[in-house]
Amino acid sequence: MSKIKYLIDGIVKNNPTFVLVLGMCPTLATTTSAINGMGMGFATMAVLICSNIVISLLAPVIPNKVRIPCYIVVIAAFVTVVQFVMQAFTPSLYETLGIFIPLIVVNCVVLGRAEAFANKHNVIDSILDGVGIGLGFTIALTCIGLVRELLGNLSAFDYKFSSADGMLVFVLAPGAFIVLGYLMVLFNKLKDRKKRA
Amino acid sequence: MEYILIIISAIFVNNVVLSQFLGICPFFGVSKKISTALGMSLALVLVMGLATLVTYLIQNYVLKNTWFGAQMDITFMQTIVFILVIAALVQMVEIILKKINPTLYQALGIFLPLITTNCAVLGAALIVVQKEFSFGGGAPHMMNLGESVVYSMALAVGFGVAIILFAGMREQMELNNVPKALKGTPIALITAGLLALAFMGFQGIV
Repeated sequence: MSKIKYLIDGIVKNNPTFVLVLGMCPTLATTTSAINGMGMGFATMAVLICSNIVISLLAPVIPNKVRIPCYIVVIAAFVTVVQFVMQAFTPSLYETLGIFIPLIVVNCVVLGRAEAFANKHNVIDSILDGVGIGLGFTIALTCIGLVRELLGNLSAFDYKFSSADGMLVFVLAPGAFIVLGYLMVLFNKLKDRKKRA
Repeated sequence: MEYILIIISAIFVNNVVLSQFLGICPFFGVSKKISTALGMSLALVLVMGLATLVTYLIQNYVLKNTWFGAQMDITFMQTIVFILVIAALVQMVEIILKKINPTLYQALGIFLPLITTNCAVLGAALIVVQKEFSFGGGAPHMMNLGESVVYSMALAVGFGVAIILFAGMREQMELNNVPKALKGTPIALITAGLLALAFMGFQGIV
């Protein structure tokens, strides 16, 4: 039972985007459409799970003083792997996400989980935590991408509803901030209502 | 002339935070007061200039070099090498600054370690070695060393401009009566959105 809790916590109680407000750069930059958001979410999730596994295994051997550089090397190695996999199998997504794939290295979600969770727990728990937080991140990014795509381009998952023009501003930079702001309001409101009920 | 175009384009048109989405975490994290925002951006100008200088040289003379007569292209190590170099560099700047200028160290001290995880530093270092740029209608070309360093320092100044403006707004917002669900991050995000909207007006200058 407690194992399932690690999974659920990552999605709702410790949602990296809406609650912890971590990893904002990719959240805002890559969510121009639902598919892009989802792609970024899954890429981050892959890195997060792999680095969680390795760091939870290596934690007893890594000297405490140099732990952060060690974590960064592990994460950077997996990011490079993910980068090549995406370049090979999803070249168009790789082009769109561009610089933000190597920037997963400095995504505070990944380093944050290594420091706060993986180095204190065993492998199984760390995998579950990686999956939970990764899913939470992916869901949040897909939601933001979906809203921006709907408002900005009148389409969802690249399926266009109408040939009319949307409100372009939501696909551009300012829309990212505004959509995330209001989604966060919605999330707070729902959580508040649940608490009171 | 080209340097002026690079600087204007990096500060206003392609503002790091508001149009390229790099360095968002410190943008929200240390923008509660103007004084801390100023310290952070000064430290960032220093580190970004140095980091780009070093990573540019590494990219062109180590990763892409001919070793012992054989062409060795190890640019796939870019991500790992760059982040390690940046982390080491930040640490070094901290130690040197402590020795030669303790007052400046006192002022910037707490911000320096935070900069390692600022994606603007790694982002700028990667952008200048990957992308071709064209300024003032010239043909797109890879930037040379001088242009790269000026570009990333100007990006850091752009970060400074954005964060100081934003800190000013947040100081005022403290006094306002904000609805409960909007308190904290959501209202900050919406304000940043409006600021980004204003910065979109600079598009097309360069």
